[in-house]
Order: sequence, then C-alpha cells, then structure tokens
Amino acid sequence: MIGIGLLLFLLLTATGILLVRNLFAVVILSGIYSLLMAGTFTILDAVDVAFTEAAVGAGISTVLLLAALGVVGQEDRGRNRRALIPIAVVVLAGVMLIYAVPEMPPFGSPEAPIHVHVAPQYIEETPSVIGIPNVVTAVLADYRGFDTLGEVTVIFTAGIGVLLLFAGRRRKYK
Amino acid sequence: MSEHLILRVVIKFLIPFIFLFALYVQAHGDYGPGGGFQAGIIFSVGFILYGMIFGLQRLRRVVPPHLILALMAFGLLLYTGVGFATILLGGTFLDYGYLSHDTVHGHHYGIFLIELGVGITVASVMIAIYQTFTARAEETTDENVGTG
Repeated sequence: MIGIGLLLFLLLTATGILLVRNLFAVVILSGIYSLLMAGTFTILDAVDVAFTEAAVGAGISTVLLLAALGVVGQEDRGRNRRALIPIAVVVLAGVMLIYAVPEMPPFGSPEAPIHVHVAPQYIEETPSVIGIPNVVTAVLADYRGFDTLGEVTVIFTAGIGVLLLFAGRRRKYK
Repeated sequence: MSEHLILRVVIKFLIPFIFLFALYVQAHGDYGPGGGFQAGIIFSVGFILYGMIFGLQRLRRVVPPHLILALMAFGLLLYTGVGFATILLGGTFLDYGYLSHDTVHGHHYGIFLIELGVGITVASVMIAIYQTFTARAEETTDENVGTG
C-alpha cells in the first residue's frame, strides 16, 4: 500500500521535473525523487541501497547541483523544441521493457537466476570465512573488492576531471 | 551574514553530530547498513554545510585545497596499497586473509582499511567539487558586479 503511494508520488515528481522550466525547482524535485526512491528501496528491504540513495541522491547531488546553479543561473534558456525522435525512442524502449516483464521470474522467487548463482555461497560462507554480520558489506568490500576499487577510481577520476576543467578555464580568463 | 544568525548557531551545534554519525557509519558498516561510501558523503556534508554558512574563504582555511587534493589520492592509494600488501604477504591482490595470522581477522583488517580508503577519497572529492563550483560561482558574480 505504501509502495503504491510512493510510486504515485514518483510519477508526479518525474512529471514535474519534465514540465518545470525553473532549474532550482528541478533540482529540488530531483532531490525529492531520490528520497522517494530511498523509501521504495527500504520497502524492498534493500537498506544499504536506500542509505546510499538518501545520502548521495537526495543529499550531496542536490547540494552540488545547487552549487552548479550558482555558476549557470536558474533559468533554462534552451529553446522549447519538439522532441519527436527522443519521445519515439523512449516509448519504444518502454514498450520493449514491459514486453519482457512476463518473462521475468516472480518477485522474490528463490528460484530466480540471481539467487541460485553465487549468492547462496556468499550467504553461507560470510559468517565463517569473513566473520561479519552484514553480507552486503562482505560482498562489496571483500568478494567484489575489485569492483569497489573500480568505483573509487571512478570517483577519484571524476574529482580530478572537475578540478582540471575549472582550473583550465580560470587560467584562460587571467 | 547577520540575517543567518539562527542558521549559524544551529549549524555549529549540528556539525559535530554529523561528523560523529559519519564516523559511526564508517566503523559500523560491518554490522549495519553503511560503509565507507556513505560515511564519506556524510563527512563531506559537514564541511559543505560549514562552507554554505560561513563562506568559501573560511572553508578553505579549514580544509586547504592542496590538502584535499592529497587526501583524494591518499584514499585510493590506501585501497590499492592493501592489495599490494596482500601480494607481498604471499596472497593474491586484495586477498585479505594474508593480513593477519588468523584469516578471519585478516578479512576484518582488510575491510576496515579499504572502507577507510573509500571514505577518505569520497569525502575529499565531494569537498573538492563543492569548493570548485562555489569558487567559480563567486568569480562569475564578481564579474557581473564589475560590468553591471
């Protein structure tokens, strides 16, 4: 029941983001969207993902986007063009996704492919081999340590990229 | 700045709790939701709040840009350093079991260290991006004031 309400608000927020022209309102609405997503993840018992979504999506991205608005201004100055080809692509992709839904295993099914691959081994081994209660942390930091290293490298590269871009522009002005 | 009196007082009270919560999330990732990534974000929010209320100049005095730059690299190096340490101790890359005589303890140390690396890099990158954006915004407003 709460899930349906959350999805309804998600839909309203997304429509609002599409229609509103003021960028400040768009940033705040996308923050709300992330918070609603965090609520949805909590209902799905994915608390680690919900925590990340609340901290990153609703928290820091909103703040960083507001800081970016300080640079570019609040008004969307782009022309209001008709976007027929993008709409066609989005509708086509949406129809294909909906077409694929009946082929998916039922929600929460223990026979779903994702639950019969390596997940049972991780859940079984974690208490004895790694010895920590949170299996999500064990997977992220230990079994999939390479992926997390890659993610940290991505964040590092993003930071360096922003610094380089802005440092280059400033030198040009002076 | 005097119109932000209430915000200034409240933020000063809040910042220690934000840092404390970030440290809790950092250290408690093994037991509950959270970990280095979320902790890094929350930690950076403490500094960004400070910068929003007291201005970029004072934030730069608290965390100088060259320190942020060094910490960005340090977190990533700590992570990869753990990987190379496990190679030197006889295992494969990021095979934490070799970090201690007891394999389970080795995994504990490994996860703690790499989560610390993640937290440091994430926090410093977020602060760096915020500092860069606000510095740029202040420059553009200065230019506008100058021409207008």
